[in-house]
Amino acid sequence: MPEWLLVLLIVVLKATLVSLGLLTTFAYMTLVERRLLARMQIRHGPNRVGFQGLLQPLADAVKSIFKEDIIVKNADKLVFLLAPVISVMAALTAFAIIPAGPAGSFFGEDPWVFDLDVGVLFVLAMTSMGVYGIFLGGWASGSKYPLLGGLRSSAQMISYELGMGLSILGLLMLVGDTNLRSIVEWQAANGAIIIFQSLAFVTFLISSFAETNRTPFDLPEAEQELVAGYLTEYSSIKWALFQMAEYINMITASALMATLFFGGYKGPAFLDAIIPGISSWPFVWFILKIAAFLFLFIWVRATLPRLRYDQLQRFGWKILFPIALFNTMFTAFYLAFFPNAPLWILGLLELGFVALWLAFSSRPAKEVLSTRAPMGGD
Amino acid sequence: MSVLEIAKGMGITLSKLFQKPVTISYPEQPAQLKPRFRGRHVLTRHTGTGLEKCIGCSLCAAACPAYAIYVEAAENDPRDPVSPGERYAKVYEINMLRCIFCGMCEEACPTGAVVLGNEFEMADYRYGDFVYGKQDMLVGTQGSKPQRREAKKYKKAVKMGFQVTVRPELEGVKYLASREVSS
Repeated sequence: MPEWLLVLLIVVLKATLVSLGLLTTFAYMTLVERRLLARMQIRHGPNRVGFQGLLQPLADAVKSIFKEDIIVKNADKLVFLLAPVISVMAALTAFAIIPAGPAGSFFGEDPWVFDLDVGVLFVLAMTSMGVYGIFLGGWASGSKYPLLGGLRSSAQMISYELGMGLSILGLLMLVGDTNLRSIVEWQAANGAIIIFQSLAFVTFLISSFAETNRTPFDLPEAEQELVAGYLTEYSSIKWALFQMAEYINMITASALMATLFFGGYKGPAFLDAIIPGISSWPFVWFILKIAAFLFLFIWVRATLPRLRYDQLQRFGWKILFPIALFNTMFTAFYLAFFPNAPLWILGLLELGFVALWLAFSSRPAKEVLSTRAPMGGD
Repeated sequence: MSVLEIAKGMGITLSKLFQKPVTISYPEQPAQLKPRFRGRHVLTRHTGTGLEKCIGCSLCAAACPAYAIYVEAAENDPRDPVSPGERYAKVYEINMLRCIFCGMCEEACPTGAVVLGNEFEMADYRYGDFVYGKQDMLVGTQGSKPQRREAKKYKKAVKMGFQVTVRPELEGVKYLASREVSS
């Protein structure tokens, strides 16, 4: 067997494993989310199918596969079918690049499917591809509400993409490399980036909530306004594929946050004093970090109400975008003019900015929609 | 500082995560009904004599907004009366599919014969089975038609999925006690 074939086979095997893992995580994510949401709302949640509802994802899968697959008459059939596939494909591909452990730690192989020097940019590009799925799905449905929902959703994702990209820039300047593994290694040497880029982390967190269409920003699914957004005409397995894409995006966002800001697959180094080598165990820390962020996603969903569309856009463009831009400029300024200054000062300043932002965060003053003076008869 | 408000909200949801759910796993755990729950009707009897309270006046049928009640009265045999009055209800039927459980019949009844009880598990398969006759509603009958059918089939006691907390302070009525009196 030639060398290249072997490498190819291993990559295909790893890709299959990642896909399977993500799909299982997605399935059980729905269950965990429903259970946790239920408990936060003081209910029981689904606990009928199997022990404590553990077979619920299976039942859901069987149900959504055997449901009638409706293709509406006005739909553009090809695009209508393609849209969910694009969504899932983009979501799965984006995750494949994220390293889950140090090189050679997965039975002698590298625990990532492929490794690119433009890692971060690739992830951003792939997650943006997901917009095509949503937008085309909304357009191809051939009816009004999906179109509006798809437009909203793509506008939202494009707006928050800016904030997301800008909040990563400061980090990239610090590390000086876009390869995800270099970023993790830099963090292992210098400390997690959250310490130096807390402001960037806050903006990144918020924009990743918007990017994954999760609760405070889940406008495409605003039932009151748009039925089910771009999902309206979708049913059966195609609907499930869109859901799958959403959840996988969520997992990717969690993995990205863990990798970029929280040291990735490396555990905290001080634990090495207790159990030697624990901080470089593969998968364990990575999965723990992802789980923590997924819990945060669910927790926020249980708490926050949905933003109005204009509020969403205003927040994205008028608050998040300038702050992310400011962070980029500030980090650039600091690194350019004080190349020898210690990084912890940067971290302190960033923390100060976060505190300032929090201190000045208040409900916007009630807007006066009409300044017309009351006239007789009003 | 509206972020603090968000944090407060997040704290509340997190604390609820560790609270015992207020809902119950219904068929396994009995549902806790309120004392004034309006369920399936019960036709009561007089204490002591055990005669039926219903005198077949059809006022309940007249009061019923859903036209769910059908009463056919007959003369009492003075030697062996069914009810203490002149007449009694020979046929007393309520269509549980039409009934809206509003309790108007209970209010209209001059003798307090028809009372809304606690049972609510009446799901069944056939339309005809939802018409409850006297034998299905007379006091002492445990369970709805399908429940009794099932109990008979498996030779078990009727299993009911609810509990009622008795609150005698309401109108001074002992709900369970007044119902358990039977001939």
